[in-house]
Amino acid sequence: MAQVATMDHQFHVLAVDDSIIDRKLIERLLKTSSYQVTVVDSGSKALEYLGLSSDENEGVEIDHSHVREIGINLIITDYSMPGMTGYDLLRKIKGSSSLKDIPVIIMSSENVPSRINRCLEEGAEEFFLKPVQQSDMNRIKPHLMREKRQKVTPNSLKRKAMVECISPEKTRKYNNLCGIFWQNICE
Amino acid sequence: MESVNQLQRKLADYTSSLYNENFLDEQFIQLQQLADESNPDFVVEVVSLFFEDSDRLLNELTKALNQPNVDFKKVDAHVHQLKGSSSSIGALRVQKICIAFRNYCEQQIVEGCLKCLQQVKNEYTLVKNKLETLFKLEKQLVDAGGSLPVV
Repeated sequence: MAQVATMDHQFHVLAVDDSIIDRKLIERLLKTSSYQVTVVDSGSKALEYLGLSSDENEGVEIDHSHVREIGINLIITDYSMPGMTGYDLLRKIKGSSSLKDIPVIIMSSENVPSRINRCLEEGAEEFFLKPVQQSDMNRIKPHLMREKRQKVTPNSLKRKAMVECISPEKTRKYNNLCGIFWQNICE
Repeated sequence: MESVNQLQRKLADYTSSLYNENFLDEQFIQLQQLADESNPDFVVEVVSLFFEDSDRLLNELTKALNQPNVDFKKVDAHVHQLKGSSSSIGALRVQKICIAFRNYCEQQIVEGCLKCLQQVKNEYTLVKNKLETLFKLEKQLVDAGGSLPVV
């Protein structure tokens, strides 16, 4: 694939997990895939890092310029965490005008279809079943590349044409399914 | 003094037994694949975190199950964590007990929970010893000038 010129700096991933073992694991996994990684142990720490107040009532954004500087390209979070769950975190992110376009991936040790659907409906790009493995890292890139789509290449033109024909909700589900397909085509 | 070949054979046999007896599963291999020259001790580091975390959780579980009124939600939360971390490092037998343990929590059966606690403590002790032995054998091999098998 004619890689877009935006690959001159590393993608920065924010990982959120309350388990110290899983934090070490996801950090290593992401680093072997050449991502810059920041790891935090809770949803509220994640919001703090992202410059968003975790105040239930306000959802007030503290500092827009701070958010832009941090430059998080993707958030990957555990679902079951004490206090703020990964789902709660997802909702806060998608409800924030400055953060809603950051792709979010949910991880869980439990394969509960209703949980998975709920997360996808709320805007999560992918759902990873734990333990997360190296093969799962391949499923991250399509979501990053879509955000970085600046230079027009023949492949991105074709994809753009396809997704603009479909409604936003269907597009998200379509993208979810096609992530791997496009990755194979575009690589 | 054992030769490099003998040590390699010893390590290979020991490793096979761990998988055959279900102490470890494929996830442990995933961990080994994440180690490289810049992170040679990755597996030992993760497993050490697992030992520390499990010691803590088993203490918490013992305390929680010895209360006059057992808080099953709390017990379940701890078991869920232990299940997750054992799964993340490939400690299959520990993980399996946790599944049964969670069922007893759900049904709020104290005796069942206590039985599972004892079983999980036993399995944890076993896998801890096995892993410590594994790391010792690896070190012996490397110290004798051998190299670890490629996973």
